[in-house]
Amino acid sequence: MGYTKDQLLARLKELQIDFAQYEHPTVLTVEAQAKYVGDKGGGLTKNLFLKDKKSRLYIVSALADTKVDMKVLSQRLGLGKGGIRMAPEEALGEILQVPLGCVTPFALVNESARHVSLLLDKGFRTQEHCFFHPLSNDMSISLHANDLDKFLKSVGREATFVDLEANPPVGKDQPPDLAAFVPSGSTILSDPPEKTVPLQGHTENPVSAYKKSTATTVKTTKVPVAVKNVKDKLAVAAHQPSVFSDAGLLVEEILNRTSSLLLSEIKEDSIRQHGEHLGTVVADNIKKRLSSDLKSLAIMFKNTAYAQGFYAGTHHHPKPL
Amino acid sequence: MGEDMKGKDTNEEQEQVVNPWEVSAKDGGKIDYDKLIDKFGCQRLDHSLIDRVRRLTGRAPHVFLRRGVFFAHRDFNDILDAYERGEKFFLYTGRGPSSESLHLGHLIPFMFTRYLQEAFRVPLVIQLTDDEKCMWKNLSVEESKRLARENARDIIACGFDITRTFIFQDFEYVGGSFYNNMVKVEKCVTYNKVVGIFGFTGEDHIGKVSFPAVQAVPSFPSSFPHLFSGKDDLRCLIPCAIDQDPYFRMTRDVAPRIGYHKPSLIESTFFPALQGETGKMSASDPNSAIYVTDSAKEIKNKINKHAFSGGQDSEEKHRKYGANLEVDIPIKYLSFFLEDDDELEHIKKEYAAGRMLTGEVKKRLAEVLTDLVERHRLARSAVTDEMVDAFMAVRPLPNMFD
Repeated sequence: MGYTKDQLLARLKELQIDFAQYEHPTVLTVEAQAKYVGDKGGGLTKNLFLKDKKSRLYIVSALADTKVDMKVLSQRLGLGKGGIRMAPEEALGEILQVPLGCVTPFALVNESARHVSLLLDKGFRTQEHCFFHPLSNDMSISLHANDLDKFLKSVGREATFVDLEANPPVGKDQPPDLAAFVPSGSTILSDPPEKTVPLQGHTENPVSAYKKSTATTVKTTKVPVAVKNVKDKLAVAAHQPSVFSDAGLLVEEILNRTSSLLLSEIKEDSIRQHGEHLGTVVADNIKKRLSSDLKSLAIMFKNTAYAQGFYAGTHHHPKPL
Repeated sequence: MGEDMKGKDTNEEQEQVVNPWEVSAKDGGKIDYDKLIDKFGCQRLDHSLIDRVRRLTGRAPHVFLRRGVFFAHRDFNDILDAYERGEKFFLYTGRGPSSESLHLGHLIPFMFTRYLQEAFRVPLVIQLTDDEKCMWKNLSVEESKRLARENARDIIACGFDITRTFIFQDFEYVGGSFYNNMVKVEKCVTYNKVVGIFGFTGEDHIGKVSFPAVQAVPSFPSSFPHLFSGKDDLRCLIPCAIDQDPYFRMTRDVAPRIGYHKPSLIESTFFPALQGETGKMSASDPNSAIYVTDSAKEIKNKINKHAFSGGQDSEEKHRKYGANLEVDIPIKYLSFFLEDDDELEHIKKEYAAGRMLTGEVKKRLAEVLTDLVERHRLARSAVTDEMVDAFMAVRPLPNMFD
């Protein structure tokens, strides 16, 4: 169950965090909130709940006046232009466990939000205090940025303050400066299944089909390649057999590729063309066309075995006799 | 990276410029490689050398050798002479990890080095100059270290043998014997000399000025005591793009003075941007290159939309006059990546005669590149954190010459 407002306030008091609280009628926008606490000094905040194309989630919490350009933000995160948009309403309830209009950094107190990335406006630090909703829109609490920091640390989060208005160039030689904010680990939002790498080729269907099945197997066990900045946890738990670690799967893959190539080469035309020499022709073609692919598989198989052995060896602490 | 300095040769402004931080042709034309070889003082890799490689390795020389991609060298015969006598050597190459995504141009030295490792059965050290990028690209230390490890994954995916390969990043490895050698090198190169070679100015920070030593010392076996202890005589072969030559000219100058063999070099031409030889492969324009993360669809689109064509404007004109192979980028790319010599010859002949159309050439290129990129991606998916750690661990490689 999500934290309630009262549980949160109690928690803040426990942590001896200084804050002021203001009750008011339910508000859904910053403008409405301003009507009630706008005259109290400090900074009003706007809080965006965003999602990228891979369904990773972000809370961007900024001073109401800070200009947040979604296109720029998307690029700075390394998601390309237009890679980020508002998260769907269901996510608010499901992940942040707060009502509509109540996005707040405090939602990170909930377990369900553990994979949500948090970006805080560095402008918070210039204010005496800033206003946030304490998990409910009928109240606003104001506290200093340092105290927000303290709270976040208490729930195991880092508070990193970012210049949200900056627009640094992003390119090959200037990596996206906010790439570290892209969450690693799985998301909880259900999502359309990730597209497998389209392995269309010039060869017949059988080859593509085999390639596809391999790619799927491999993809589900290893970290997808295109995801930037994924922190690989040493996947001791996730070791599932793959074509690179299981001899049986490797041989199957080799034989599958060879047979499809064989089948695609032995056709009426080629039989007519080469007659009794078809065997030699096909054998040569197979060697020519499969050599690079199979060598690549084999060397990675070898490297995988070595890496696993190396890991086991370096983590082995023999008990003293 | 470096400022717009070309060293003392200011009267060379109209000439082509080739150094580690800038590559530009004269008058926006093509790079004149013959002139470059003359100016740098290296040698052409001729057919007799390529034949020698074929004989010594017992296999067909790599497509890059056959097509003149790796076209120049320094003392490559010394390496082959020693090899023939039964003396091995080690390979040294590297990358400045300045961005996450690698494009095909980045892969070329690694693809070639992988072939050399396989064909000659020798060990390899790979240097990731995260310190260089931290300094020149003004990245944070953490970010450059992170990029180094990310790039290591793509490098490993090129197919290096973990039992013969040591990958290291400067921020982790510099120290110990490596640093001893750095100081030895630094003592032999005056400030004026590096200014002359690399064009540093009084405004450049001190990190840049002594960085060349960091890139020089992996040429010396004593920099890797865990690998080559007792083998001070081991020779080094460095495959690299020709713009790296200045670093190694300096290294070769210093080596005999500190009692080491001069490293040999084998150098490649530049990989052209999709838009043509005169175009620059630019990070801010993802359409100027094919990235290893591009999908089959993106590859096809990039080639169709952006690859500079030497074909004629209309089909009739094309069938009449044929294509200009000199400027055609798909043909250039095929000459890098299409392994089958006969097929390439056939395509060139038909295209130049106008019997084959640009669309067909581009289609074949898309197939070849997609195969390459898919193979790379599949291999990369096998690279785990454990594997990167193992490649980068300071450990002995007992089977490195087997």
